[in-house]
Amino acid sequence: MKTQTTSINSIRKDFPILNRHVYGDKQLIYLDNASTTQKPIQVINSINDFYRNYNSNIHRSVYSIANEATNAYENTRNKIAKFLNISDPKEIIFVRGTTEAINLVAYSWGRKNITKNDVIVTTEYEHHSNIVPWQLLVKEKQAKLKYIEINKSGELCLEQLDSYLECGNVKLVTFSQMSNVLGTITDSKKIISQCRKHDVKTLIDGAQSVPHMKVNINDLNCDFFACSAHKMLGPTGVGILWIRKNVMEEMIPFHGGGDMIKEVHKYDTTWNDLPYKFEAGTPNIADVIGFSSSIDYINNIGMDVIRNHEEDLRDYTISKLDNIKNIVIYGSKDSTKSGGIISFNFADIHPHDLATILDEDGIAIRSGHHCAQVLMEKLDVPATSRISFYVYNTKNEIDKLITSLEKAARLFKL
Amino acid sequence: MSNSNIYHEMIIDYSRNPINFGTLVKPDIFMHDSNPLCGDSIDLYMNVNNEQSISEVKFNGKGCAICIACTSVLTEMTKGKKIDDVIKINKTDVLSELGLQKLNPVRIKCALLSLKILKFSIYSYLSDKMKTEDTKSEKLVKLKEDASHLY
Repeated sequence: MKTQTTSINSIRKDFPILNRHVYGDKQLIYLDNASTTQKPIQVINSINDFYRNYNSNIHRSVYSIANEATNAYENTRNKIAKFLNISDPKEIIFVRGTTEAINLVAYSWGRKNITKNDVIVTTEYEHHSNIVPWQLLVKEKQAKLKYIEINKSGELCLEQLDSYLECGNVKLVTFSQMSNVLGTITDSKKIISQCRKHDVKTLIDGAQSVPHMKVNINDLNCDFFACSAHKMLGPTGVGILWIRKNVMEEMIPFHGGGDMIKEVHKYDTTWNDLPYKFEAGTPNIADVIGFSSSIDYINNIGMDVIRNHEEDLRDYTISKLDNIKNIVIYGSKDSTKSGGIISFNFADIHPHDLATILDEDGIAIRSGHHCAQVLMEKLDVPATSRISFYVYNTKNEIDKLITSLEKAARLFKL
Repeated sequence: MSNSNIYHEMIIDYSRNPINFGTLVKPDIFMHDSNPLCGDSIDLYMNVNNEQSISEVKFNGKGCAICIACTSVLTEMTKGKKIDDVIKINKTDVLSELGLQKLNPVRIKCALLSLKILKFSIYSYLSDKMKTEDTKSEKLVKLKEDASHLY
């Protein structure tokens, strides 16, 4: 245990923002990692290095610094392939983030393959980014959107999926591998094997899972997979969409413009090879390079260490929260089935008030609907408070959180 | 690889006086492809004889010196060979012929465009021929994989 504490302390030294104080003398305690994570100095430096030393456009220019930029950009694609166990890096498309990735699939695959009365299945614990693009699509195509419901422990009722699949019109099942509100880890392999039997495509939203647990895309056997760099110590504005090659080959372009073309004539254009057909315009080069550093950083720590640390912190936090009267935790308390996320409500204190009170002590937690209003309706609450961890959080920080919650109880005369 | 090493005499010669430059009327195999980079654009024509050898090969198009030189060399390597041997030509064969093994990733597309066309065009020729036979033969699958992973 001592060695782990020591190593967490040395990890914390890599994150300049963790030295920040707010409101004078309050040390920042950052517990909103499901929203976005902090960046280690290695990531910040790699972006800085690009702009200082080899800033140039990729793929086109032939001079030395453009070669360096192209290499760094393409090496990130190879690194991600290795990190997520993808056999062909050319199945990876760089996008702005998970939201853009899902919209790309809805547009370039959905508009070609979904027709009247087809069914797209999603779940009740999806982020808005995995609901709204499908609503837009089904309205346009007169298709249908159906939901897999959740039970009291915040897990999906998968028998419902069976009955949807039996009806025969399902074309896609799209779900998050880890809920951004409850932390529930989805039984992805079970869903995918059910879908394979009916020749139904599957999309995984990996925004919450990839930063916190080992993900093996080859083994999952899905058709589409999306995740974002900024939730895994990398910069904002970059994410990836992986698409199984034979599916990608049949898709129509998303954005038209430079770099996605092969030849442009006055009235006719041919498309660039995959995956460049889907990467129109100058991409976010600096941040793709920063993404590469964040993967190095995570690999150096080891995903097992991250996962164990977060399970440990979650168990610790839940045991402390259980000692406070009037706290309701949503979803499962079993941390082996959850990522490092806890959503809760504290008596009748509105989450926004609670977050403001905690903020006075320098503690950053998220309050609101977490872009998951469908889930809020199901839980029958307008909002929740959410704590979410990463590898740099400590039990000492949780102790301060508990003290601050006790202060809130006194203020609200609970 | 510095630029002065790339532009040696052979490259300049081949690009100024390309080999097998021209077109074929009613070729057995034809394919066009291009690079968005510098606008390299190549048409490749081939005829196949009864022994399943490439009896005639021509190329036409526009491109940078590296592209034209490599295409010239590739057509020389191809002419008169059995199709089974032609599909075994790999990128090192082409690059080393002109001392371009260390070409950077941006320019490698110029050097290998014609090899990519060669592989894809033979792939579709063989696929058409084998329509009634086993179209998913291992040989064909490997050829397509090779062609897609040149650069």
